[in-house]
Amino acid sequence: MEPHVHASGSPAVELRNAVALISDFPALAGLDLTVERGEIVMLTGPNGAGKTTLLRVCAGLTPIARGYGRVMGADVSIERDEVRRRVGMVAHSNGLYDELTVQENLEFWGALIGAGDDELHQAMSIMGLDGRLASVPVRGLSAGQRRRTAFAILVVRRAGLWLLDEPHAGLDSSARDEVDGILRKASAAGATVMLSSHELDRAQQLATREVRLAGGVVVGDER
Amino acid sequence: MSSSGRIQVARVVLSKDLRIERRSKVLTSQIIPFAVVTLVLFAFALDGDAILQRTAPGLVWIAMLFSSMIIVQRNFAVETSDGALDALRVAGADMSAVFWGKWLALVIQLLVLEVVLLIGAFVMYGIEFRGPGVVLLVTSSISATCGLSAVSTIYAGLASGVRGRESLLPLLVMPVASPVLIGATRAAEAAFGTGGTVVSEGWPWLGVLSVFAVVFSFGGSLAFGPLIDD
Repeated sequence: MEPHVHASGSPAVELRNAVALISDFPALAGLDLTVERGEIVMLTGPNGAGKTTLLRVCAGLTPIARGYGRVMGADVSIERDEVRRRVGMVAHSNGLYDELTVQENLEFWGALIGAGDDELHQAMSIMGLDGRLASVPVRGLSAGQRRRTAFAILVVRRAGLWLLDEPHAGLDSSARDEVDGILRKASAAGATVMLSSHELDRAQQLATREVRLAGGVVVGDER
Repeated sequence: MSSSGRIQVARVVLSKDLRIERRSKVLTSQIIPFAVVTLVLFAFALDGDAILQRTAPGLVWIAMLFSSMIIVQRNFAVETSDGALDALRVAGADMSAVFWGKWLALVIQLLVLEVVLLIGAFVMYGIEFRGPGVVLLVTSSISATCGLSAVSTIYAGLASGVRGRESLLPLLVMPVASPVLIGATRAAEAAFGTGGTVVSEGWPWLGVLSVFAVVFSFGGSLAFGPLIDD
């Protein structure tokens, strides 16, 4: 199931001199960044460097106060709803309903966007959530299974840009391997991935590019 | 988003909320018992049939208001405990439609609670249902419930991203919902004939409740998205 391709000629993310304020503090302080389609970009930097804010700006959750930004071809300042429809974000939480089963969570999202049963089953199959797991309430899942369910929702939504804040946090070694495998598959299917992680070695193996942030600006960029 | 798209989102959210409630049984196992215990405690505190009959409409609606706070907290706890509300925002879901879905789910749960409270008041407080008052009682209860649900949904959304939201929500909702408490109580008094009132005295209060419900429901649907975003 391939992600939707929106404005295919444009970069996935294009930010110019972007300033984003968190309680009047410039969490992004004139950041410039271009991310091409299909890249897996790892964001690194100390706490407070602006990694989470950058992901939230790209998700259309935090507005930019100054500068220019386009995500998946949509302007982050004036087309926030469109940006949101084109990206998917998994932060520290997974956005799931504990009382519902895996399948019911996916059906909820499928019904919201008009996805068919085939698409839901395909997403569950890609994430290894079919079979017995499909009927397990989310509260009974392991941390890794919950994360896979959250990723399955991104697949159902056919998000073109996956924004992941610490996707390895709280997972054991095998679950982290699963996450890496899923992200490689998503990238191969055409999705762009931006992730922040404190698992530097693991993320470096996964990523095609490392962007270092400090003080809300890019201070290093290696492919 | 088209109107049919909005209706679809609202329907999906409503169905999800009711399914979660059916599965968790919080309404039947916790909130209804809490409301009934509140009625019993009022009966102990105001011992005396005449006083209870006179104050029954107000007591029912106070119990209703307190209990509704727990239902609302619960309705939004399922959205915030694992970041589902944020996920809905990121997905670009029409928040106005999300409002209507959650509003209607709350209306249905509150109406169930009201029926139980009225039966409780009938049994414990000795209120009497009079034929001409039944229409007034039903229409005013539905209007009051719609208004209370709208106010609660707006402020629960607003408080959802704030620390200490459990204690903040009643502080936000109760003052704004006071016209509902007053209007619903007066209408119920007229419906029951409490203190010699007649049914016709209750109709103007139905008007107040209806205006409140319409203003807060439609205003809430417009404000819900921006309030959550900010």
